[in-house]
Amino acid sequence: MKTDSISITDQPIDYAVLTEQVRSHECGAVVLFMGTVREMTAGKQTVALDYEAYPEMADQMLQQLIDETRDQWDVHGIAIEHRVGHLTLGEISVAIAVSSAHRKEAFEAGRFLIDRLKEIVPIWKKENWSDGTTEWEHPGIKTE
Amino acid sequence: MTAQQIQVRLFARARELADSDLISVQVGAGTTVARLRQAIAEQYPSLQPLSGQLLIAVDNAYAGEEQLLTEAQEVACFPPVSGG
Repeated sequence: MKTDSISITDQPIDYAVLTEQVRSHECGAVVLFMGTVREMTAGKQTVALDYEAYPEMADQMLQQLIDETRDQWDVHGIAIEHRVGHLTLGEISVAIAVSSAHRKEAFEAGRFLIDRLKEIVPIWKKENWSDGTTEWEHPGIKTE
Repeated sequence: MTAQQIQVRLFARARELADSDLISVQVGAGTTVARLRQAIAEQYPSLQPLSGQLLIAVDNAYAGEEQLLTEAQEVACFPPVSGG
């Protein structure tokens, strides 16, 4: 089993470096997920996203994510990096790399990690719309 | 019953609505998360738009409503998360 890696950063994410952290000759599969800043959401145009984290708790929750993943899948290495700050279109907000001996585990674990990250890790995004307004995305809360 | 001040860190829209990343909330001794939630609503009406949706974390973990609070713990309050 490889040492897992988690980080919250205000610098651009180097997904090649992240991927190399989980690669190994014991593995036949590496899955990389990247979340990137999308321009259009339900007909509205984004120009940038601002991400904010509660860093100490986010670290704890990311570690919990890894523990939950390892309880369910036999994966080799997990590396997760989430960016905070001001991100423009196409920039990478999150990258998750998972390796395993066979592809099934890496795919399933990668899917679980990003889904669960969005549920429990204390990080928030604020939309900067093209009309100059901003809006926090807080699932379940209407902000207007 | 001795009153105590709980320092609560705020994030995202909660931080913006309160115009501060740290608020001081007065509660009775032996207070619970549920009572802290009530005290925040009373003492910080600017957070009203998020009422009922705010999550409370104690010492970097999500807290249950009946969990007891002390001044020594790190308490945070924030709206539903939206990372990724």
